Amino acid sequence: MINRLQTRLAAATMRNEEAFSAWLFLAPGLLGWAIFIGLPTVAAFVLAFYEYNLLSPPRFVGLRNFARLPGDEVFLAAFINTIYFTFATVFFSVVIGLALAILVDRALRGFIFLRSLLLLPYVMVMAGVAAVFRFIYMPDVGLMNATLALVGIDGPNWLTSETWAMPALIILSVWKAFGYNMFLFIAGLQTIPGHLYEAAEIDGANAWHKFRFVTLPMLSPIMFFVVVISIIGSFQVFDQAYLMTGGGPGTSTTTLVMYVYQMGFQSFRMGYASAVAFVLFVLILLFSLVQFVLQRRWVHYE
Amino acid sequence: MEPPARIDSPMAMQRSREITINGLLYAALVIAVFITMVPIALMILTAFKTPAEIAGLDYTLPDEWQWANFTDALRIAPFARYLLNTVVVAGGVTVLHVFFSAMMAYAFARLRFPGRDFVFFLFLATFMIPPQVTLIPQFILIKELGWIDTYAGIVLPQVFTAFGTFLLRQSFLTIPRELDDAAHIDGCSRWGIFWRIILPLSGPALATLAMFTLLFHWNNFLWPLIVSNSDATTVIAVGLGRFTGQAGTAWHLLMAAATMATLPTIVFFFIAQKWFVRGVLQSGLGGR
Repeated sequence: MINRLQTRLAAATMRNEEAFSAWLFLAPGLLGWAIFIGLPTVAAFVLAFYEYNLLSPPRFVGLRNFARLPGDEVFLAAFINTIYFTFATVFFSVVIGLALAILVDRALRGFIFLRSLLLLPYVMVMAGVAAVFRFIYMPDVGLMNATLALVGIDGPNWLTSETWAMPALIILSVWKAFGYNMFLFIAGLQTIPGHLYEAAEIDGANAWHKFRFVTLPMLSPIMFFVVVISIIGSFQVFDQAYLMTGGGPGTSTTTLVMYVYQMGFQSFRMGYASAVAFVLFVLILLFSLVQFVLQRRWVHYE
Repeated sequence: MEPPARIDSPMAMQRSREITINGLLYAALVIAVFITMVPIALMILTAFKTPAEIAGLDYTLPDEWQWANFTDALRIAPFARYLLNTVVVAGGVTVLHVFFSAMMAYAFARLRFPGRDFVFFLFLATFMIPPQVTLIPQFILIKELGWIDTYAGIVLPQVFTAFGTFLLRQSFLTIPRELDDAAHIDGCSRWGIFWRIILPLSGPALATLAMFTLLFHWNNFLWPLIVSNSDATTVIAVGLGRFTGQAGTAWHLLMAAATMATLPTIVFFFIAQKWFVRGVLQSGLGGR
């Protein structure tokens, strides 16, 4: 009896010791996380219901910040611009990335080195990229219009045109991202077993059939991953717009994060900026949910 | 020895078809590489040219390599200081991020305690929240702490992520538990197990996480832009952005500055290329 009690006590001490150690290991990380991530996350939602300019104390305004959003033309423009940027950038960087991955996923001499160069834009600091592309987009000395002139096209003044400023940012972003996507697709392609292609060939499949009925379905999980992370990343676009156009001309390249920045750190309307940030959060959340529901229809898991 | 195949034999035809296809593939890849490299080459070449050459729409090599562009750019803005700040900030975030993530990952992967799954789930849930959403409260917090324009203010809010813990936990789970048990029987403490068994056996995962954290924070822009307001803490991404505004269309100086800012990551990429590509191929992480 006493013996059994002792064993149980020892086991309990052991468990307590383990739990205690666990919390010691977690303490620095959890504490830092609670202060710098947890608390601000809660505050972000609370702040959206307040008016706060950093100087006078916060004032509760209920839903007024949100009620104001639909009538705010700059906000609406930012919302539409963000979606425009996201869909164009993701579409082109995924299609180009996929096409290149299929072409270069081969063990030919020099391919590994050459294709790794395509990752270079991805590692470059955006401020440097933006400086080069501002040079490239210059109407008079820029490489872009000089190239277009070769084929007889009179290029626009990219960054000061309300129509062309956004495409200019999209081209830059596609250039920076497609290599990364290509590598993710190569990873996906390398997991497709060769016997599937052999079987398709025996059934008389041509190159298109093999792509359509073997490659695409087998690639769909990685495609899903690439599309979701690309879209979430693009919804958060800021650096390019801030560095290249400052959101202009007019509001033609003002994105949601840009507007959060302008409201929060230029107009010091912290509550209103939080409401805009909240919209961004809901947009990303809704989009992710839709994707996860839709994936059942087109993503093929083994 | 095989007799040489005749031109019209099926084998030769197949071979010549293969050569044509491979040629086309090479061409496609070379074109892609060319388009990728043009802006980078343009940046570096322009950094060495005179304003007159640039205005003359000359895209070839510089007539004379103008190293003075770099010293001139350094005279206008303290890029050496910006680079130092970037090393401190990106290095600081990386060391702390990897270390704290590893400690948490060890607890979540190896130790049993009440509420473990709940805490882990709660922690992972913040994965979904984009960093821009917490931007404003984080700024107010840093301001209240009096940390505006300090390294601590830039570094600490970026150290704690669910991502790092998640990634390392996955890796720790692949280490056989028997190793822990054996060390435990030998009288090794939990810290000893973590420090002398788990960490050394997780080299590749730790290196991957460190590499992507370093790269991400070397290039990170928005948070440092908000927190620093003097040269003392300005990182290269922000400093270059500000310089762009000052330099206007002095392209030779701007490209010299952009080259200085970009070169470290390009060099880093070529040194760590194998690791880097493998990291992208394995986990598809974007440094988040």
